[in-house]
Amino acid sequence: MFATGHRAVGFGYLAISVIAVTVGTLLSLVMRLHLTWPDWPLPLHGPVLPEEYLAVVTMHGTLMLFFVVTVAPTAGFGNLILPAQIGTRRMAFPLLNTLGMWTMALALVVLLAAFAVPGGAPIGGWTAYPPLSESVLAGPGQGLGMDLWLASIALFCVAGTMGAVVTLTTIVKRRCEGMTWERLPLTVWAWFTAALLSVPAFSVLLAALVLLFCDRHLQSGFFVPSQEWMNGVMIEHHGDGSPLLWLHLFWFFGHPEVYIAVLPGMGLVSMVIANFARRRVFAYRLMIATTLLIGLLGILVWGHHMFVAGLNPFAGTVFSVSSLAIALPSAAKVLSWLATAWGSRGVRGRMATPMLFALGFVSFFIAGGLTGPILAQPILDEYLHNTFFVIAHFHLVMSMAAILGLFCAIYYWYPLLFGRKLSESLGRWHFWLTLLGAYATFLPMYITGLGGEPRHYAQLSGIAGPGARLLALTMPLQRHITFSAIVLMSAQVLFFWNVQMTARRPRLAEENPWQATTLEWAPGAMDGDDDDETHPRRHAYRNPCVYGEDGEGFLPQWSEDASLHRFPIPLKTEAE
Amino acid sequence: MAPVQTMDAVRWGWYLPRDGALHGPALDAHLMLNLWIALGLLVLAHIVLLVGLMVRRRRAQMPVVVLECLPLLVLTVLFAWLAGRSEHLWAAQRYVGAAPAAMQVEVTGEQFAWYFRYPGVDAAFGRTKLQLVSAAEGNPLGIDPGDAKGKDDVVTSQLVLPAGREVDLTLRALDVIHGFSAPEMRLKQNAVPGQTSHIHFTPTVPGEYAILCTQVCGMGHYRMQATLRVLPAAEFDAWLKGLEAAKLANEVQR
Amino acid sequence: MPTILTPPEIDRKRDRHEGDEGTGNGTGNGQKPPTDKRTGGNGDGDNWDNHPQGHRGPRERLSAARVGLFFALGGDLMFFVALVSIFFVNKESGHFDAYSHYINEWLPTAIPSILWLNTGVLLLSSVSAEIARQGMFDERRTMDEWFGLGRPVSNRASAWLAVTLLFGGIFLAGQWIAWQQLRAQHVFFSSSMSSHFFYLITVTHAAHLFLGLGAVVGALLVLRRSRSMLTRQVLVDGTVWYWHVMGVLWLFLFVLLEFGQ
Ligand code: HEA
Ligand code: HEA
Ligand code: CUA
Ligand SMILES: [Cu+2]
Repeated sequence: MFATGHRAVGFGYLAISVIAVTVGTLLSLVMRLHLTWPDWPLPLHGPVLPEEYLAVVTMHGTLMLFFVVTVAPTAGFGNLILPAQIGTRRMAFPLLNTLGMWTMALALVVLLAAFAVPGGAPIGGWTAYPPLSESVLAGPGQGLGMDLWLASIALFCVAGTMGAVVTLTTIVKRRCEGMTWERLPLTVWAWFTAALLSVPAFSVLLAALVLLFCDRHLQSGFFVPSQEWMNGVMIEHHGDGSPLLWLHLFWFFGHPEVYIAVLPGMGLVSMVIANFARRRVFAYRLMIATTLLIGLLGILVWGHHMFVAGLNPFAGTVFSVSSLAIALPSAAKVLSWLATAWGSRGVRGRMATPMLFALGFVSFFIAGGLTGPILAQPILDEYLHNTFFVIAHFHLVMSMAAILGLFCAIYYWYPLLFGRKLSESLGRWHFWLTLLGAYATFLPMYITGLGGEPRHYAQLSGIAGPGARLLALTMPLQRHITFSAIVLMSAQVLFFWNVQMTARRPRLAEENPWQATTLEWAPGAMDGDDDDETHPRRHAYRNPCVYGEDGEGFLPQWSEDASLHRFPIPLKTEAE
Repeated sequence: MAPVQTMDAVRWGWYLPRDGALHGPALDAHLMLNLWIALGLLVLAHIVLLVGLMVRRRRAQMPVVVLECLPLLVLTVLFAWLAGRSEHLWAAQRYVGAAPAAMQVEVTGEQFAWYFRYPGVDAAFGRTKLQLVSAAEGNPLGIDPGDAKGKDDVVTSQLVLPAGREVDLTLRALDVIHGFSAPEMRLKQNAVPGQTSHIHFTPTVPGEYAILCTQVCGMGHYRMQATLRVLPAAEFDAWLKGLEAAKLANEVQR
Repeated sequence: MPTILTPPEIDRKRDRHEGDEGTGNGTGNGQKPPTDKRTGGNGDGDNWDNHPQGHRGPRERLSAARVGLFFALGGDLMFFVALVSIFFVNKESGHFDAYSHYINEWLPTAIPSILWLNTGVLLLSSVSAEIARQGMFDERRTMDEWFGLGRPVSNRASAWLAVTLLFGGIFLAGQWIAWQQLRAQHVFFSSSMSSHFFYLITVTHAAHLFLGLGAVVGALLVLRRSRSMLTRQVLVDGTVWYWHVMGVLWLFLFVLLEFGQ
């Protein structure tokens, strides 16, 4: 159980994510049902109170963002695939790596425990703005529940930093012979950049958490004014802080965080599209450059979450420009994906499920990403901030794109990890239902957002005043969104069903069913966990994604002679 | 009572609510422009993707310059143009404060209500102290009775404004961060405890509008709403005079 | 760390290190001696990075440990950068009171003078740590030890590390005394804005040094127990670098607290 092998660690991280995604999805179901039918009592629970709704939103966002799309793509698949992809047998610092995984597991347990404590889970949203998150008096859930949230995220930061240090060291020091930086697959570049972002981002968040903890329990005043008034009670703080400080620190972490979530998906999708279109990633070096550039710009744009939060209007302009600038490397990536996929007709097996999910990622990234530059214009954000327009933006670009990246990883690497291929037909169903379900769920949220529907509203009906009229207009769409979300969630059952069915199937005979060119597919690359000595050493002889001119035949990175491998590939290619 | 505009015009087919502020139409136009461009790019990109999956492959790929640099250049120009337009609007609204003649109203958010304070005849707000805050005693903002300026301050729970006059809102929050938002005025700014922020605009169309809280502030966040009533100037003057007179009479009685 | 532009010696045949056994477990017997001056960097014509991984010479594990430490400390420093930025923001910030006066409540905390002493002790501890570290790479002695002729290197390093341990302990005790002195003057964590920072900074730094002392103890144990020269070198090296960074960080923080308020 306490094995230090990178595979065990990788699967551990995936298990954490699967638990988190299950709970998070159920919570999103509760949210949707409650928003649409606010009076409907939840079975076994009764009516959903407003504070319970907020607790559900908060936990949904926290679970999904921290424990699903941050953990699984980087730490999960990073551990499982990264070593083999750079031609080594293990990650650097196995002990630290294992420790990181267990710390992460502990963080998840601590977070989930917040549901069980008196007062319940915190209600301040995943961004936990003080003073709401600072004072016990601010509402139910802001007592012990909030403390647990803080503790959990602090543990998350520590675990995340450990994982990032391991990843960085592995990539810097453990590449095999011949694996120059330029020959690294784009997945590795993405993991590298994500880890580079993680180290400062998580550290700064940790500092912010410590300060918030002091404000909560030691009467300091980093994030609250010296005289705090809450619920009729005066609280003196020996300090003269400002909630805006928290916003700065949080978003300094928060924006890189969302790129940490999506970069590994981008890297994988580039490689998968290239592999199924049987040609080199278009403008490979530019892809490396844009990955790094997105990472770099990613730490310079945090202020775009604060346009109307009290930021100086001139600073708003600066952050607006840097945010618009980040659209360019992103667009360069989209262009490269389009160019790589262009004209792939006639290539055998090109539309396998991993490719479908990769293309779905591209589609969602465009659909969600394109509204990024709209939000990045402060004058428009003044209208759109904290409406469902933002929710639609980040669900499409983060939840859907990043989750499709995860699915792409699972379908693509499943044969490598388990020696079996997931069912293609079930996979197709899963893909199409997810794609259509997600568009049907999240595109209308753009519309309700334009209609003015704010976030974090426990209900949209039963309110007095002109606001009621405004919100009532969105109700027909709310119903539609909820039905679509149910379809979307049900579609995920197909995936787990697929996994279940595949486990009974015989093992695959082929070594490299997708005819991929990167090192993890080299014969025997994945066995002999952690043992450098007893297995033949890897050598990278060339760039990844080398295919024949006509798309037939390919030349893996591990193959010493420069003649193309043809279909069907020889069962045992001698690596060395 | 003003003829309250009841039409919930869903504009442009994009569900945008009606628009009652001077800066609104320009903002809406820019928003529409952005949305159409985004939609266009979305469709274009998907067409390229789908067509690309359908056509047979040709041997040679076009060079990087054509497929990457050129479109990127176009996008750069496009985004720069949009940025220019939007910063222009932003600068017009935010870089300078309200005109000195603008009407002053103070907006205070607390869990879970909005209060609006008019400075009264002396055109100056009295000072407030958090210790004195007590909605039960009729002093929800903690106006200091020791300050003469505060004697004529009028506190309401509805924001009533004259059409066609610029308003300078001073935003404050007592307890946690609240989000002051009037969607039909295309207005949003957070009220942060411990500091004040300003936002100014000119309502143009008389009617009743929504004021929402758009920053999660606790369990009552969803019902922290108020009404914005925009009246024709004459009606507004009458309304304010009435309130001020009542307030002064009240003070004299004490 | 290799630069991005490693010369692509692509099709170089398998090199002569193929037959070597790995580094690490056990001393002697066909391993490379633990003092190899070739660094594996660029420019010496021998591109170590293109050797099979695990066979890039005795320094490989050492440099992996250093790279890991580099990133970890980078993150750690960001933590302090965040604290220090908040320090400056809070120091400058103020508010308007009910009477429209601008209030800046920053009152500097008087720093106990014992901190000067502590700083000196910490510097000394770094010096002794550095002597221990350098000794670990003394070519002649290392070879002696590697050949099994006693433990000249480890014993020396243990002695110097013990000195570091002692001085580090004195430093922490000194910090403790400083806190007590402030308590006696009724300056607590929550007393004022600057006292928040004084305690926050000194306590988090002390926590880091506490970990550092743990590492020193670990290194001492390894120096006694481990049979691999390389493990001993790696551990001492990592511990000492960590110690140095914490020392330099303290210098910076101390200057900040003493003169920056
Ligand atoms: C990755 C992140 C992620 C994901 C996947 C989702 C998924 C969903 N989210 Fe959520 N959401 C957030 C992140 C995410 N969300 C965040 C950050 C917030 C803001 C919180 C806040 O304000 O504090 C939010 C808020 C939010 C709201 C706004 C609530 C409000 O403000 O009032 C709503 C409302 O409808 C919503 C709905 C949904 C729905 C219907 C789904 C459905 O798509 C759910 C269906 C689930 C899936 C499609 C995933 C299936 C995946 C697997 C099965 C993978 C398994 C494999 C491995 C893990 C290896 N979400
Ligand atoms: C993975 C996650 C992810 C990603 C990648 C992005 C990407 C971007 N985001 Fe997003 N964002 C979030 C996750 C993400 N965001 C989350 C979680 C929030 C809410 C947090 C909260 O408040 O809870 C948020 C909120 C958010 C806001 C604040 C909104 C508000 O609160 O008012 C802003 C404002 O500027 C913004 C901007 C951007 C921009 C400019 C990008 C850019 O990087 C987008 C770049 C992409 C493109 C521009 C598309 C490229 C494609 C083309 C250009 C097509 C080319 C066309 C052809 C070839 C024909 N985001
Ligand atoms: Cu006040 Cu939300
Ligand atoms: Cu962002």
